Amino acid sequence: MLKTTNQKAWFLVIPVVALVAFNALIPLMTVVNYSVQETFGDNVFFWEGVKWFEQILHSERFHQSFLRQLAFTGMILAIEVPLGIGVALTMPRKGFWVSVCLVLMALPLLIPWNVVGAMWNIFALPDIGLLGRGINALGIDYNFTQQPVSAWLTTVLMDVWHWTSLVVLLSYAGLCSIPDAYYQAAKIDGASSWSVFRHIQLPKMKRVLTIAILLRFMDSFMIYTEPFVLTGGGPGNTTTFLSIDLVKIALGQFDLGPAAAMSLIYFFVVLLMCWVFYTLMMRNERE
Amino acid sequence: MAKIKLQKLRHSYMPSAVSDEDYALKQIDLTFEDGGAYALLGPSGCGKTTLLNIISGLLKPSEGKVVFDGFDVTNTPTMARQIAQVFQFPVVYDTMTVFDNLAFPLRNRGVCESKVIMRVTEIAQMLELEASLKQRASGLTADGKQKISLGRGLVREDVNVIMFDEPLTVIDPHLKWELRSKLKELHQQVGVTMIYVTHDQTEALTFAEQVFVMHEGAVVQQGTPVELFEKPKHTFVGHFIGSPGMNVLQCEVRNGAVMFAGNEVGRVSDSDANGWSTVELGVRPEFVTFSSDGVPVEITKVDDLGRYQIVSAKHEEHRIKMIVGEGVQVPAENARVAFDSNHARVYVDGWVQD
Repeated sequence: MLKTTNQKAWFLVIPVVALVAFNALIPLMTVVNYSVQETFGDNVFFWEGVKWFEQILHSERFHQSFLRQLAFTGMILAIEVPLGIGVALTMPRKGFWVSVCLVLMALPLLIPWNVVGAMWNIFALPDIGLLGRGINALGIDYNFTQQPVSAWLTTVLMDVWHWTSLVVLLSYAGLCSIPDAYYQAAKIDGASSWSVFRHIQLPKMKRVLTIAILLRFMDSFMIYTEPFVLTGGGPGNTTTFLSIDLVKIALGQFDLGPAAAMSLIYFFVVLLMCWVFYTLMMRNERE
Repeated sequence: MAKIKLQKLRHSYMPSAVSDEDYALKQIDLTFEDGGAYALLGPSGCGKTTLLNIISGLLKPSEGKVVFDGFDVTNTPTMARQIAQVFQFPVVYDTMTVFDNLAFPLRNRGVCESKVIMRVTEIAQMLELEASLKQRASGLTADGKQKISLGRGLVREDVNVIMFDEPLTVIDPHLKWELRSKLKELHQQVGVTMIYVTHDQTEALTFAEQVFVMHEGAVVQQGTPVELFEKPKHTFVGHFIGSPGMNVLQCEVRNGAVMFAGNEVGRVSDSDANGWSTVELGVRPEFVTFSSDGVPVEITKVDDLGRYQIVSAKHEEHRIKMIVGEGVQVPAENARVAFDSNHARVYVDGWVQD
């Protein structure tokens, strides 16, 4: 039997296209619009071409916040992924404690970003916070409002506290989907627990881990609220990540052109990194 | 290699089992002689896999002992028992090549690499996997993956027993025949004890020298394929083995005589008769023939299978199946059938009466 082709089905997609256009494409286009023009108010615009892009790409300030951003994302991924897998491996697979563990793990994920920031701000204050006072009581000089190293430590620790659970939950789901037969076969084959991890658990977790890493990469690369509430980008500029910097340019200085250009560059960097990462992770799947 | 003995084995998956119903295995006493080819045959859920996992040490029995060559290994971990087991669904290590998969059990036990290469090549040849040895195992079809699982079970030489848990479920029918005969051939070559679990009677009967028929957590009969066919000890065995299975016909007991359709087919001692709930006559369809002085039946269906015909008949509410040769004329009406008295047995509460 011949299949009939009916292109009219495309009309069914129109509502979605319209929705996406209104909530994503049109706002994005206004950003594109700003990024190639200069304004001095009164809604008067002058064409500037790619000047803002050149300026941003050559700006020392952008380079610095970009590097800080890379360092931050690299650090939290390096901590959260192995830690998350580790916690997932130690969680019970059945019985009463499963639900207890899952609820405990899910708790940090349910707390709003600004609350997390505020919590950690107070928690880490050197004079009244439990953490800050505790560390100082141990004889270590710690003040995240004044020392860059302390500020970084606190920010990273806060993100680890907030988001490791996501990796845990995804890894745990991956682990639970492995049929018992694999573990039994491994026992029969005399595999060590490292071999079981390396040849059964890790490969079976690959897909969920890919998702976990992608999500954590994107989220941490765009992180704003938590460090903004915790350190406000300081001390100095030491914890000014890309999005904090962007908001400073756009709303603090009201430089719409450079801010728009920076947004677009930022957007493409995230997109490109996700694509590269996903392609790398999935390159063996089609073999 | 070892002689495997299971002594008073019971197992329940429940933490506090009380009644017999709670036990997946109710009292099992079995001996697997060294070098034998055995099959555990039974329907799904009869406890075959549980029994296998207890032998391999993946499960610890609730009660009883597992003895290898006189040594109690009930508490010995799987690794130390030196056994190989192939599971129903293929288990392959996705990230490894086919070669590494097959070599895995050997390498884990520190076998030297030249020996590994020799064994793996040998097994790959047997399973016709040579062409894909360098390929990644994840890319193979279900057939191919199960062959790898089989290969990993067969690759070691030092095993006490190789156990197969319905290993051919996912394999194509034409390959099934081939692999089954390969396994049998291999058994004859190396002489390792093999235990083959299946719910497929053809598989069990062609592979094994001794078959254990299991039913609801107990072994109902142990015997050679011929014994199981000709002298089923339990109506379950008669019904489960054979295609179609044995006719099991409800009988009446009158003064110690077992009566079916007005004919005396056997005797039971009268004194016991009151305590029995069911008395049945078991006769295989192969031993039912048309006869002018037999039991009157109504023919309900004839299936012509070429070399023979399966005739479904009815006497009152009793359904009787019979197998007749291709040349035999099936009477259209007034059919009467007779049972071969040498092959008809009386079963009391399911168990054969001698």
